[in-house]
Amino acid sequence: MIVLRTPGDISLRLHPRALAVGLTCALLTLAVGVLALGSGDYPMSAADVLRTLAGDGTPAEEFIVHELRLPRLATAIAVGAALALAGAVFQTLVRNPLGSPDLLGFTQGAATGALVVVVVGGTSTMLSGAAAVSGFATGLLVYVIAWRRGVHGYRLVLAGIGVAAILTGINGWLLTRAPLMDAARAVLWLTGSLDGRGWIHALPVLIALALLGPVVLAGAGPALRLMEMGDDSANALGVPVERLRLALLGAAVLLVSLASAAAGPVNFVALTAPHLARRLTRAPGPNLLPSALLGALLLVVADEIAQRAVPGHQLPVGVVTGLIGGGYLIWLLAAERRAGRL
Amino acid sequence: MRSRLRGSAMTLAYERRTISRELTVEIPDRSFTVVIGPNACGKSTLLRALSRLLQPSTGAVLLDGADIHRRPAREIAKTLGLLPQSSIAPDGIGVAELVSRGRYPHQGLLRQWSREDEAVVAESMAATGVTDLADRPVAELSGGQRQRVWLAMALAQQTPLLLLDEPTTYLDIAHQIEIMDLCARLHEEEGRTLVAVLHDLNQAARYATHLIAMRDGQVVATGPPQTVVTAALVEEVFGLPCRVIDDPETGTPLVVPAARRRTPIGVTT
Repeated sequence: MIVLRTPGDISLRLHPRALAVGLTCALLTLAVGVLALGSGDYPMSAADVLRTLAGDGTPAEEFIVHELRLPRLATAIAVGAALALAGAVFQTLVRNPLGSPDLLGFTQGAATGALVVVVVGGTSTMLSGAAAVSGFATGLLVYVIAWRRGVHGYRLVLAGIGVAAILTGINGWLLTRAPLMDAARAVLWLTGSLDGRGWIHALPVLIALALLGPVVLAGAGPALRLMEMGDDSANALGVPVERLRLALLGAAVLLVSLASAAAGPVNFVALTAPHLARRLTRAPGPNLLPSALLGALLLVVADEIAQRAVPGHQLPVGVVTGLIGGGYLIWLLAAERRAGRL
Repeated sequence: MRSRLRGSAMTLAYERRTISRELTVEIPDRSFTVVIGPNACGKSTLLRALSRLLQPSTGAVLLDGADIHRRPAREIAKTLGLLPQSSIAPDGIGVAELVSRGRYPHQGLLRQWSREDEAVVAESMAATGVTDLADRPVAELSGGQRQRVWLAMALAQQTPLLLLDEPTTYLDIAHQIEIMDLCARLHEEEGRTLVAVLHDLNQAARYATHLIAMRDGQVVATGPPQTVVTAALVEEVFGLPCRVIDDPETGTPLVVPAARRRTPIGVTT
């Protein structure tokens, strides 16, 4: 623990290990990002990429970097960070390490909106919008169902699982109603993919992160840490528990909905990143910022693998995050069992 | 008798179940008040109301004359602290880190860890005798040690009023006495007002300066243990025939339950 103090009664607490983890993730994301901007059908060296980013590239390079590759990279960073931040918030709020948006039904809700557009027919912008709106509406629905003089963690989980089951059924039915071509497109979207993503996909998530991120991190972070100790303890310490929970759920559901709208319901990032962050920082608490940075790194790396793993064929990024995330969880189980903790 | 904390004409209810009607209590300043009564008499509910965890459906809890539900939670938390019956120690947290969380109401975005915070946390750990455990993970502690750590966290909040919800549950007799002695010391030496819910009548009579006896959601008697704890009252409140004698150690009332009248073996009545 490092404490910085200034004469003006300002004092800041820093956790050196968490700081190191966050910084490393940010730097690695940038490095892999530059690599990603340079790779593809038109390969560019890192130097060329940096020159182009500085505004000194040829028109061809400018087009490839700014119009084709940078939006996709920005979408990956924004979606990864948004999912991981929301995942860390959910896990703390429901006091359950499995409290991810998949478990709570929000991703299924976003998918329902998207599938309705697929069946009815509409543009990809409409699909994104519908996903965002229905994801958020599902969040509200789960909250209302779980509410009984306040919302407790386990009630939220049960309500979420119920809603998720119903929506999974509806989604399956919608898929069977869609024309074959559209159904194939919908399945790709449902897996989570960053193919052909442009600024129109990246911007809503980036804006939401820029607005909600600081509020969640600085405004609610310390209070969220207290909520891990139970509602009564947090209340006794002066946290307005119920109001804060509603506000944080709203913010996290909004982030997940917008992320799903941009890239589809990408698997496992929201679940894995906060776990991994906690393991790396070895700090108790929700580890919000390290989780978000790690989420961005995870998705950027996963997308790079998705594009390059099978030559001449792009995988949807959701396949890769599923493999990485699921593999990590199984490894974690084995490691914990060896250590005798499970 | 002055009271910073009082509940006035409160109706306390969960969902459809009403626990108390028109309940009025006053907590004398600088007292060690203990609430006693049989199971389900509403004593824990009263403490939840006083600590802002349960909002009365009518009436109000007043702190320094103002309704505690109309003031910012954080402001109340600087005056009124609570040791809840059950708290969850976050995974992997250390003792000093947990105690330091008690400083939350005094901290801010740019005031995350002042010298005062540091000094108060050290003092609180010394007062509860957990200084040597500072770097140990809370999960590895015994029940008695853990309860002292939670108490240290509540102390670090530096509130003149501290509520304790059954602080000795789950502890063996030695650790119960240890926690109660600690509370008595905090009350005497630091002049804090303490309010505890206790199950053990004899401990209540020994440590309290003021008793509130409850039954069926209502206050039956209040006052110093010497006047409240009588054989008649114990029979009325708990339905337990008993004798009350002087505690040979402290001179406070000691409740001795009446012996069961034995039926000789083999005789049916």
